[in-house]
Amino acid sequence: MTNGFPARSRAWHPPALTPAYKTSLARSPRHAPLMMPTTASEESGPVFGHDMLGPLDNDLILNFASDGQSAIGPRIILYGRVIDEMGRPVPGALIEVWQANAGGRYRHSKERYLAPLDPNFGGCGRMITGADGGYEFRTVQPGPYPWPNGPNDWRPAHIHFSVFGHSFAQRLITQMYFEGDPMIWLCPIVGAIPSRAAIETLVAAYDPVRTIPMDARAYKFDIVLRGRRQTLFENRIEGA
Amino acid sequence: MVQKIDVNRESPSQTAGPYVHIGCTPGVDGLEIYPHDLGSQMIRGDVSGERITIKGAVHDGTGMALRDALVEIWQADSEGRFAKGPDAPFTGFGRSAGDMTTGEFTFQTIKPGRVAFPDGRMQAPHILFWIVARGINLGLQTRMYFADEDNSDDPVLSRIEHASRIPTLLAQPQGDGVYRFDIHLQGPQETIFFDC
Repeated sequence: MTNGFPARSRAWHPPALTPAYKTSLARSPRHAPLMMPTTASEESGPVFGHDMLGPLDNDLILNFASDGQSAIGPRIILYGRVIDEMGRPVPGALIEVWQANAGGRYRHSKERYLAPLDPNFGGCGRMITGADGGYEFRTVQPGPYPWPNGPNDWRPAHIHFSVFGHSFAQRLITQMYFEGDPMIWLCPIVGAIPSRAAIETLVAAYDPVRTIPMDARAYKFDIVLRGRRQTLFENRIEGA
Repeated sequence: MVQKIDVNRESPSQTAGPYVHIGCTPGVDGLEIYPHDLGSQMIRGDVSGERITIKGAVHDGTGMALRDALVEIWQADSEGRFAKGPDAPFTGFGRSAGDMTTGEFTFQTIKPGRVAFPDGRMQAPHILFWIVARGINLGLQTRMYFADEDNSDDPVLSRIEHASRIPTLLAQPQGDGVYRFDIHLQGPQETIFFDC
């Protein structure tokens, strides 16, 4: 036996079919997912080295800007830790982020919102967590934007996060929201998550202590990935 | 009252949305920020094993191919070993945004070897797939097996009660090392997804 992963808490995650989020209707499986234990395939995963990162990969204010220019919008620092369900830090985790600009417009060929592009903002960044699972990046706060779901649905300001842990079984994509935003509680995508307690874990907290005077506000956002079981009563101890 | 079990809850998933390419494959949509898109090249050196190409698409309940999905794969090398570090000549990790017009994904890789199940039995050669897109609230995990391999003793496939659905996990050889693997989110051909 290997030290497998405990089952994913499916009642905590949004279910596949959430009719208020219309696109889920034709894209949600109807059969129950088939239960199986994790195997060496699910328990391993790609390893990413810090040398793949460019010096500005975690600075969205500058990584698409012309020389001497910077992105327009409220400047923020986002930081936090990636830990697992057992509370252990996850070092070496690759985090990729993407977001709309301060006006709520994405830099994407299929995007049709009338808000203008910012010539100095691309909206994508990435970083790898340190030994304590910590990460940090700099960006501008994205704007809310309308989307074609209900006749007048608006997304709350949010940043998309894609996270790789050490195992493919930990793979996760989610979204981060901002403390105090009333739009969070009106959004059908957020509302796909069954409980308020679960939603609150996706809301980053404003941090006045880490805020840089006369420069950028700080927000803290911790991420929890699935954690492997580890007990002496399974046949293989980690590292043995 | 009893003592408290000290376990964190996993961060809840949210859909990757329509613009997942910006963050994960920016080069596909012409966003020049990184030198190359992650997972675009799985074979980076002298690698043994049978070279194969996997082609397919992700279809919704109406049969239409998704044009905003992101598909990731993870697999062992030809001897059943997983890449250990960032410099491995065979990465085992592939990522495809699919063609922006047709939704067709393509992976250039090698046929994997066999990997053990937790109880020691060997699994038939397989590749893990992970699918995210607008409208998918939690990434979908599935496995691709090979129709031209002996899958009869595979410990995962043998757990499947509805054996008539097993072909949804089998990639069909097309000749010249090309395999076709279509994923159906709904409908009579709905792919088997896993909870593991």
